[in-house]
Amino acid sequence: MISPAIGQSIGRIRAIAAKEFRQLLRDRLTFGMVVGIPLVQILIFGYSINFDVRNIDAGVVDLANTSGSRAMIADLQATQVLRIREHLQSPGQLEARIASGALSVGIYVPPDYERRKLDGDRTAVQILVDGSEPTIESVVRGIAAPRLSARAGIAVPDDRLIEVRTLYNPEKRTAVQIVPTLIGVILNMTMVLFTVIAIVRERERGNLELLITTPVKSTELMAGKIVPYILVGLIQTTLIIVVGRWLFDVPFSSNLFDLYLAACLFIAATLMLGLLISTLAATQFQAVQLGFFTMLPSILLSGFMFPFDGMPLAAQAIAQVLPLTHFVELVRGIALRGAPIGSMPGPLLKLGAFFVIALILAALRFRKRLD
Amino acid sequence: MNGDYAIQARGLTRQFGPLTAVDHVDLSIPRAQIYGFLGPNGSGKSTTIRMLCGLLLPTAGSVEVLGYDATRESEKLRQKIGYMTQRFSLWEDLTVLENLRFIADIFSIPAAERTHRIDAALEEYHLADRTEQRAGTMSGGQKQRLALATATLHEPELLLLDEPTSAVDPQSRRDFWESLFRLVGQGTTILVSTHYMDEAERCHRLAILDNGRLVAEGAPKTLMDDIDAAVIEVEAEDTGGAREALSRLAEVKSVAQLGTRLHALLDRATRDPEAMARTALERAGVAAKVELTRASLEDVFVAATLRSRDGNGGPQPASGKAS
Repeated sequence: MISPAIGQSIGRIRAIAAKEFRQLLRDRLTFGMVVGIPLVQILIFGYSINFDVRNIDAGVVDLANTSGSRAMIADLQATQVLRIREHLQSPGQLEARIASGALSVGIYVPPDYERRKLDGDRTAVQILVDGSEPTIESVVRGIAAPRLSARAGIAVPDDRLIEVRTLYNPEKRTAVQIVPTLIGVILNMTMVLFTVIAIVRERERGNLELLITTPVKSTELMAGKIVPYILVGLIQTTLIIVVGRWLFDVPFSSNLFDLYLAACLFIAATLMLGLLISTLAATQFQAVQLGFFTMLPSILLSGFMFPFDGMPLAAQAIAQVLPLTHFVELVRGIALRGAPIGSMPGPLLKLGAFFVIALILAALRFRKRLD
Repeated sequence: MNGDYAIQARGLTRQFGPLTAVDHVDLSIPRAQIYGFLGPNGSGKSTTIRMLCGLLLPTAGSVEVLGYDATRESEKLRQKIGYMTQRFSLWEDLTVLENLRFIADIFSIPAAERTHRIDAALEEYHLADRTEQRAGTMSGGQKQRLALATATLHEPELLLLDEPTSAVDPQSRRDFWESLFRLVGQGTTILVSTHYMDEAERCHRLAILDNGRLVAEGAPKTLMDDIDAAVIEVEAEDTGGAREALSRLAEVKSVAQLGTRLHALLDRATRDPEAMARTALERAGVAAKVELTRASLEDVFVAATLRSRDGNGGPQPASGKAS
């Protein structure tokens, strides 16, 4: 049996959720954002974020100009990672061209290339890399080192001895890595923005002054506000899965139920983050600013873009507080490695803890008073 | 607790930083009457009402509303009070009917009764032909009727109205007051704040607030009869000259112009205010007709606020009517 008090409470939550949903459907711009933001984001991220680097502009200074050095340069070009654009006369020119941004990579072959090749302990070729672009740096380092030493005839370990095999994404397609985690980034963005605005807008329009003189409790108000957006979040998740599968061939082959479960938990956590922010902000403008303020660290520190392990400890600590970090971990496990959700209790618990703590803080902050 | 009073406040005070918005206000508001708060903007009317319905905590003092402590038991009061904010605070993107239904659900009005009550409210407040109209597209008067309809849907014992007619035409104001008297007839206590004299005059009792302090309290007629000033009316062609001549008198506290007439408040102690004014006008060479007149509520308001300001920090120059 449900006690009358609980029945009334559920009735009020339902009334608020229904009202919120109705307003969402009527607000054409917000409604457009529900579908528009995920679509635009997945297209932008899916097509533009590409770690498969090709055709990096390179310049060559070949002071040896022997058949061996020419063959070595031709070899480098054959990888298609580098494209030789310019042949220059001195290392100084090379550096100047890199400094001006015309070239990203410079290959310098010293006049005594053949002798150095025979000397075991001296480098035969120097490659200058524009370090201001991190991906290029690592890519060039990766392709150049073994080939050069092999070509230079130095005793190198048999490169078949160590074989690098990429698991779970054998073709190394960026989309496969990006799209599942994009669910998190997009939800993080839209959920926080929607809830932040949902409360502050009512405060700005004066609705809240009326609402708080009614029997509505602050927890009921918050629950009623987040229910419609959980639905919105699930719609967005579905949209990303469908587009990711159809446009970018992202498998999502594993357990979809687990994926939706993780998404639900993440949606709840980000909605609470949004509510918490909205209790701090006085105007819609402030709320949106604060929302964005949490978004950037989420995207940068969550491991979505940069490997988590390479970050300084302080950044890792901040990342632990952000729900996106844990969702990225979950979604990579579920969607890419096919791991069951139950095998990752760490991120699950952390997301749950975030939800509960944010709920308590928001409820404490949101008093039914004006002062 | 005293059963005859809907609201009792003692030493009610509210500070916002260095500003004292409400300063030691005592109130005893009887049940089933319309009680008015009259005062200019910033006099503490809204702050007082917000403290009465538990929206703001008093800095000092106590408030008892319908037998409950308004600060500690505000949640228990929610079902018993209706509050109409100064600004239209219903949802403009919802229709009339949706707004009413939402409020009905928030107050847990049972579904069976909901339809009946909403229909009655639509009828009473002439909104029956607008049920599907979005609230944001309605006129000021219509919005105000909708606001009153939702504020009374749960049949509250006490209705708090914060400047309900500030955005409404005169005809709508008349209709609105008819509705208020009907509600009072049903036993509702109504507290209404206003800065319109004609509205204040319709109240059973009135409190005049100025700078957060209660400067006069009583039935409008009593307040006008017992005004702490003598009121004269001066009719003159040269109103500017007359005004100047009158303002020079130490006994004249305030002069306000109404068309070609001047309304002057003099010290109550003045022996023969008419004669004094005539002499002053003759000496200034202004032809004028002077007669003693009955105080209006505005005179009461001006006299009360002047007295409070005198007490505050020395005499103030005679000036026009308070806004």
